[in-house]
Amino acid sequence: MSLKQNLHNLKEKYKGTKMAPAFNAIHTFLYLPNEVTHGGTHIKAADDLKRTMNTVIMSLIPVLIFGMFNAGYQHYAAIDSSLRADIIANFFTWDNLWIGIIKVLPLVIVSYGVGLAVEFVFAVIKGHEVEEGYLVTGMLVPLIVPVDTPLWMLSIAVIFGVVIGKEVFGGTGMNILNPALTIRAFLFFAYPTWMSGDKVWVYDAVNRTGTADAISGETILGSYAQNQEVIYSNWDKFMGFIPGSVGETSTLLILLGAAFLIFTKIGSWRIIVSTFIGAAVMGLLFNAIVDASIITESSKFYGLMNTVWWEHLMIGGLAFGAVYMATDPVTASQTNKGKWIYGFLIGFISIMIRVFNPAYPEGVFLAILLMNVFAPTIDHYVVQGNVKKRLKRAKVKTA
Amino acid sequence: MSKDIRIKKGLDIKLVGEAEKTTTKLPLSSVYAVKPEDFHGITPKLTAKEGTEVKAGESLFYSKSDERILFPSPVSGKVTEIIRGARRKVLAIKIAADSKQTYIDFDKKDASKMSEQEVKNHLFASGCWPFIKQRPYDVVANPNQAPKSIFISAYASAPLAADTSFTLAGKEEELQVAVNAISKLTEGSVHIAIGNDEISPLANLSGAEIHKVSGPHPSGNVSTQIANIDPINKGEVVWVVTPQDLLVIGELFLTGKFNLERTIALTGSRFNNPHYVTAIAGATVTDLVKGNLNNDNTRIISGNVLSGKQVNEDGFFGFYDNQITAIPEGDDYEFFGWNKPIFNKISTSRALTFSWLTPKKKYDLNTNTNGEHRAFVVTGSYEDVFPLDIYPMQLLKAFMYKDLDEMEALGAYEIAPEDFALTEFICVSKQPHQKIIREGLDLMREELG
Repeated sequence: MSLKQNLHNLKEKYKGTKMAPAFNAIHTFLYLPNEVTHGGTHIKAADDLKRTMNTVIMSLIPVLIFGMFNAGYQHYAAIDSSLRADIIANFFTWDNLWIGIIKVLPLVIVSYGVGLAVEFVFAVIKGHEVEEGYLVTGMLVPLIVPVDTPLWMLSIAVIFGVVIGKEVFGGTGMNILNPALTIRAFLFFAYPTWMSGDKVWVYDAVNRTGTADAISGETILGSYAQNQEVIYSNWDKFMGFIPGSVGETSTLLILLGAAFLIFTKIGSWRIIVSTFIGAAVMGLLFNAIVDASIITESSKFYGLMNTVWWEHLMIGGLAFGAVYMATDPVTASQTNKGKWIYGFLIGFISIMIRVFNPAYPEGVFLAILLMNVFAPTIDHYVVQGNVKKRLKRAKVKTA
Repeated sequence: MSKDIRIKKGLDIKLVGEAEKTTTKLPLSSVYAVKPEDFHGITPKLTAKEGTEVKAGESLFYSKSDERILFPSPVSGKVTEIIRGARRKVLAIKIAADSKQTYIDFDKKDASKMSEQEVKNHLFASGCWPFIKQRPYDVVANPNQAPKSIFISAYASAPLAADTSFTLAGKEEELQVAVNAISKLTEGSVHIAIGNDEISPLANLSGAEIHKVSGPHPSGNVSTQIANIDPINKGEVVWVVTPQDLLVIGELFLTGKFNLERTIALTGSRFNNPHYVTAIAGATVTDLVKGNLNNDNTRIISGNVLSGKQVNEDGFFGFYDNQITAIPEGDDYEFFGWNKPIFNKISTSRALTFSWLTPKKKYDLNTNTNGEHRAFVVTGSYEDVFPLDIYPMQLLKAFMYKDLDEMEALGAYEIAPEDFALTEFICVSKQPHQKIIREGLDLMREELG
């Protein structure tokens, strides 16, 4: 008997039992189910949620691979800064990749392992199918944490994020906050020392603190926030040869991912474009404030306010947030008009928090979480516009 | 004032098995059936009993809510069986057809000399009232409400739909008489929508406004046309008649005969020779498809693939339908079907689905759901195939949590379940949109009247 037939028999055997969702999750991973339409349309389009989620994961693969190399590169470059002279020769090396394999891959594995385990448990308890939402979240999480994040910490955060961020609301499609960002927010507020400063962005920097081999790597935003000189060129910033969370450094690859998501019609171009517009507008405003000499070099906000507006778009997590986080369809605005407003405000507020937050010079994840909360409100007013138009039409008629 | 309609949002689903434009006249079936469920929202009160002899046009049952609305027998013969389901619900009334058909004579009438009430009474008596349906709620029209206008869509944009220019060709006289009659029923106008580039037998009718429609499906859906010409507001009613039913009304006025014979398209990849046949509504499906169908694991649909009803081969052809579609069932597993590149199915995304490369290709789709039922996740995709000025996902959600005020405010009066067929087709979460809409409309009708 073929594998297909064997699995079919097992599915029939498990049908109605507690373990059915767990079995089906694995089964449907291998085979598109044999389910047929009943009532309603007799034919269905080719896409399902797995395909949609899978498309997002595909768009993240280049970022992940780059992040693995970058983990090693930042480590060795922190030890020997002469490596930065010839980036191309010293970036795609086996040594760098090895650091990525021992540091980044475990993050991915733990994120998926713990997150999917929680999903399976909830599916079995509540008797619904295992939903695909975590497939994307599980990939996003390792990309938005510092490379040195301890695995136990990540596990706790993932459990918190999936349970409180998603399952308590009813699972995929029902959550209010982006689960990946909920996980990051948990890490940020629970373990702030592991999420900021100049040690966590480079592999082994924390371990070596206080020893003769101490290394460090400040993020660009960190340097600006302290009004320090930045050693990276704009080219580095755009290509991503800079310290930062695992997957957020390369603006180029993120933009390629964005192009893929927009082309496949999976990601909302409205949100992506409007987020960048919002960030640019805020950046320009700050530049204008500096130009008008309202803020001088003595101000602690000077460094970030004086950052040219387009540089703001390349540094920190803005691009990653705009392309992969803000576009989560469940937590974003659901109306097309609302998406413009939602994206614009994310960009706008991101840069504002980035500049004014004294403790942590990055605001993208906070801005997105904030707008997640306001997205239903935005939608409400957009939909009310439609409702009013309908009422008005009726009135004109009767008048 | 005639207004042309151009639709941009939508999706033409191109399938294999378009009906060739030749018509075979089929012999009379031996058994016919009238199914009360074809008339949504009607509670039948039977007048016919098992063993009664009926003529074509003689009523079998009437509506519990309005005794004037009669439902006629499509053929003359003997009522052989009344099939009942749970709680004695009438499922079908079977009639063994006489070999020689006899018709009730309703007399020839000249609608132009009749008053509104006389036309109504004539339609009631002859069993033609059920042809008139209403918006809101998409049910048989309530004769006590005055419609602000009457719409006829003679443009069929649904997948593999019967071409009304072909099925109604040469019937100009009947159609004109019918338009004369139904135009008595409204103070407003009768609107007829025809295709942009076709020579429709309805193109030159007088007494009605003719609108040319172009664009992808659902441009032929009557809701789309209503929304563009004369949108329904709260408290207003619009009546809808299909062109093939118009023909029956026309023939009634011209000859006094109730004749439910119509031209039906046999479509879909499972027909060896998809073409048109003439048959009487209520006929056994077997008789309609005999010798033409590949019935190995086949789904037979009375209607189109988007909104039709599944029927068995020994089932009966629907009262309002003019098409039978047969497509392969999709009850098989597909290895890694969720992530491998797809060339043989239709998709509006480009997520390793390549139907965007071949917009003219005709597909042989099966009934597989291509995924499992999930909560709503993806947003913004429905809007691309939904031409009404309504937020489709918000409306669906309001229908699911049954907030009557919100349903009303978001446009529930303007829609019928078929308008959500395309959004259901492309739905990544495989939600049953048409069912949600149908149940919500029924609830509204019950609660708000």
